[in-house]
Amino acid sequence: MGINFLYPEYEVIRNMDKCINCRVCERQCANEVHTYDEERKIMCSDDALCVNCHRCVSLCPTRALKIVKSDHTFKENANWSNRAITEIYKQSESGGVLLSSMGNPKDYPVYFDKILINASQVTNPSIDPLREPMETKVFLGSKPKKIERDKDGNLINNLSAGIELAMPIMFSAMSYGSISYNAHESLARAAKEVGILYNTGEGGLHKDFYQYGSNTIVQVASGRFGVHKDYLEAGAAIEIKMGQGAKPGIGGHLPGAKIVGDISKTRMVPKGSDAISPAPHHDIYSIEDLRQLVYSLKEATDYKKPVIVKIAAVHNVAAIASGIARSGADIIAIDGFRGGTGAAPTRIRDNVGIPIELALASVDQRLRDEGIRDNVSIVIGGSIRNSGDIIKAVALGADAVYIGTAALIALGCHLCRSCHTGKCNWGIATQRPELVKRLNPNVGYKRLVNLVRAWNHEIKEMMGGMGINSIESLKGNRLMLRGVGLNEKELQILGIKHAGE
Amino acid sequence: MKYVIIGNSTAAVGAIEGIRKIDSAGEIIVISKESYHVYSRPLISYLLYGKTDEERMKYRKDNFYKAMNCKTILGKKAVKIHHASKVVELDDNTHINYDKLLIATGSEPFIPPMEGLENVKQKFTFMSLDDAKNLEKALSPDSKVLIIGAGLIGLKCAEGIRKRVNNITVVDLADRILSSILDQEGANVVQSHLEKENINFILNTSVTKFLNNKALLSNGEEIDFDVLVLAVGVRPNVDLIKEINGKVNRGIVVDEFCQTSLFDIYAAGDCCESYDITTNQNRVLALLPNAYMMGECAGINMAGGEKTYDKAIPMNSIGFFGLHMVTAGNYDGEVYTQNEFGQYKKLFVKDGLLKGYIIVGNIEKAGIYTSLIRERTPLSDIDFELICSKPSLMAFSKIERKKKLGGAVHGY
Amino acid sequence: MKRVYVNEEWCLGCHLCEYYCAFANSNEKDMAKALKNVIIHPRIQLEEGDNINFAVSCRHCDDPLCVKGCITGALSINDGVITADTNKCIGCYTCILCCPYGAISPGEHGVIQKCELCTTNIKGSPHCVVGCPNSAIVFEER
Repeated sequence: MGINFLYPEYEVIRNMDKCINCRVCERQCANEVHTYDEERKIMCSDDALCVNCHRCVSLCPTRALKIVKSDHTFKENANWSNRAITEIYKQSESGGVLLSSMGNPKDYPVYFDKILINASQVTNPSIDPLREPMETKVFLGSKPKKIERDKDGNLINNLSAGIELAMPIMFSAMSYGSISYNAHESLARAAKEVGILYNTGEGGLHKDFYQYGSNTIVQVASGRFGVHKDYLEAGAAIEIKMGQGAKPGIGGHLPGAKIVGDISKTRMVPKGSDAISPAPHHDIYSIEDLRQLVYSLKEATDYKKPVIVKIAAVHNVAAIASGIARSGADIIAIDGFRGGTGAAPTRIRDNVGIPIELALASVDQRLRDEGIRDNVSIVIGGSIRNSGDIIKAVALGADAVYIGTAALIALGCHLCRSCHTGKCNWGIATQRPELVKRLNPNVGYKRLVNLVRAWNHEIKEMMGGMGINSIESLKGNRLMLRGVGLNEKELQILGIKHAGE
Repeated sequence: MKYVIIGNSTAAVGAIEGIRKIDSAGEIIVISKESYHVYSRPLISYLLYGKTDEERMKYRKDNFYKAMNCKTILGKKAVKIHHASKVVELDDNTHINYDKLLIATGSEPFIPPMEGLENVKQKFTFMSLDDAKNLEKALSPDSKVLIIGAGLIGLKCAEGIRKRVNNITVVDLADRILSSILDQEGANVVQSHLEKENINFILNTSVTKFLNNKALLSNGEEIDFDVLVLAVGVRPNVDLIKEINGKVNRGIVVDEFCQTSLFDIYAAGDCCESYDITTNQNRVLALLPNAYMMGECAGINMAGGEKTYDKAIPMNSIGFFGLHMVTAGNYDGEVYTQNEFGQYKKLFVKDGLLKGYIIVGNIEKAGIYTSLIRERTPLSDIDFELICSKPSLMAFSKIERKKKLGGAVHGY
Repeated sequence: MKRVYVNEEWCLGCHLCEYYCAFANSNEKDMAKALKNVIIHPRIQLEEGDNINFAVSCRHCDDPLCVKGCITGALSINDGVITADTNKCIGCYTCILCCPYGAISPGEHGVIQKCELCTTNIKGSPHCVVGCPNSAIVFEER
């Protein structure tokens, strides 16, 4: 109260005519917003505790609840926004770094929304995907420079290990620990069902999920948590995580309080001790060092697994990617500045990195220019929100995309951005058993399957519209894109023309 | 196959339905001295109370006999079984042959010899629909009713007629009411509830003599009455079997297939003894669920199927003026109790098994206790402390719960 | 036969099944109207424990003790569904005494009530299943 008082950001509005005192809102809110007043026989709520996750709203059987943004405000100021002022209050009270979750929410340009897709008319017929074959299968990995034949004229298989995906989508790295067991199970089962891959993140692989190994990317990050021989061999591919779009340049910190039970076992971190992933890999200070790790991992797995190197999209991403493409890595994953996280310092999340669209275009172009594009496949992530974004990404040069936030939303995430509290009411970003239970993987995996299948249908529809019947033919096909409201520089980087040109 | 059933109440219905599970074609003949469509005997008190009527008292729908393809011979009494020739003789001298015979003759009120009883004009028993109808005719608001017997029948009768008369006195030789199902404390709870309804009790007392409309009691009191109801107890109707030297103790003796000691003759219901698994003794369990299950078991076996009835336990559920009580098993053993507000409860444990219980008041989920007794569930397998406080499936192991709730349930 | 099953693994103890049950059996069209200021008597009832919850309703046994024990003939099996004729029932609660699952309860007006799989109300199919937010309650053949 007084100087440290913060007016709640959201207000819980209850329609008392509809409220039947069933108390489901009270039982389902881990933030303890709702309480039942025995005396007055009514439900009450404390707006200050509300994170606007909609759990109560979604479960209220009579639709008696809604959450609205408070219209309480400071004196209007174009420079000193409510948020800027509030953050200062918070920091001057706590003296600490502000923490946030999920992707950068600020009003930076979303280039995907300034790019439009082409369609065929008259001269080049469109294709009806319901009547004609339409291929969305992709193969990730380095491609041989030429076709080789033996002396009898038979093809020599000179392909290195790769990944086959039924569609150009993968679930991005989210560790067991940052998300729940049930969320992981949902991702793993969905990946298997539709023929794509999910990614362990830096949390190790729970023994229950080894059965989904052929649909798993196992990650090796700076803390090396959960990495051992069986783990590396369990997956279909190995990803070296150099950086993350939500927090480029910094490491991770899973508090000891969350290192419990199976998480401790899976991460190979003693119970209760903090799991700190360093900002850099302490054995990697150059592309040559990276090359050593790439080949160490390949050696360890008998050259049977492709190696992915994941970096955050930062200013000179193209040069970095060029180095990675020469390091022996098979796939480069680039994570844009809107990528999600379970927890990141707010200031970093909101101010570091660059948009994935620009990073992708410049990397693709650079690798082409250097004649090394076939050395690697490019996978991008960092806020793919729908199949339109995927079409645009592929046309800009991506081989496939990672989806993380979209997958969590399919699992029930309402983007309240409170993952770092560990009290996810939807059972995703929490380890509290009573909350984890709320995500029934039987339901969750089906929703993920539905989502990616729906997107794949849409991808086929849009490809058909462009007269393209194979996703390979769309890759890097920037002629299929036009920009709207972009300046010359932006168009140049994206390598696309302006609409009307 | 020709099935003959003597009796037309619960056990008979159980047998008919049991036979038809196995044999849809065989001839079934039901013989009863009563001329009514099968009705529920325990409902006669509710009939007087006004909570049901003769139509709703029918234990099965009007088309029951037709749907089950049964012939009925109602209003005729079976007087003799010619066992060697497999024939039943009726009181009108007709002879009916059978392949399989079921004795489901039930029980009848037991009237102990009491001096001067023969001079009491308005005296009734309370077992059959006719008993209820006759009693009803005799009642007027001014009637003073004396009920001998504070058991289930006597008290149900008292409740049934309470709204019709202003003066009801119940006399019983026992030291408490409902002595067959309640302990002293439980009986006190129920008695004070009944007393609030203006029913008077005189316990530890018997009638020594009737002088027309006056009863002289063993405690020296005298009671004036207009209407006398005799509800001292019931006695199994065993004569048909006894006469032909079938094995009879207090009731007809049957095996776990409900067969008597005589070939092709089965017996079920209140006329029989059952093996009470809580006392490991044969005893007459004159209870409706027991009668049905015995009848059904007998029917299935008569028709060539195989079914055993080996989980008999005494159990009762009854209420008076809104106060309910459920009881089961026997009350020998260590007593556990954990009462909540508005509930009187006792659990009786012996040899690691729940043997019996008494609950007065909140009887919700009591069947879970009953099943512990019936299934002889070792209490070491469950969370006994939890189940003591509240009957719940939570007290069982996860595996056991999965069995109970996770699949189709085929039987008991 | 399709029955209602609850998987305790996913039951959250939210009690919504109870409210959806009470709503279904109110035969009202509006839930708020049906349940506002009403103490509900659901036919499916939650058992709550330490991190374990599950809802219990009639198992619709093939060989039901309650039907055999019913002293009035009010309980009967119709196409596999055990139904109670509340016009016949006189509230002796013998079925409650018999049911091993505790799935029958005293209802209003001094008679019993039990799950009839919503076959006898305006919903037509089990409404607790519809209302379960985590698919812990399912209506299926097993």
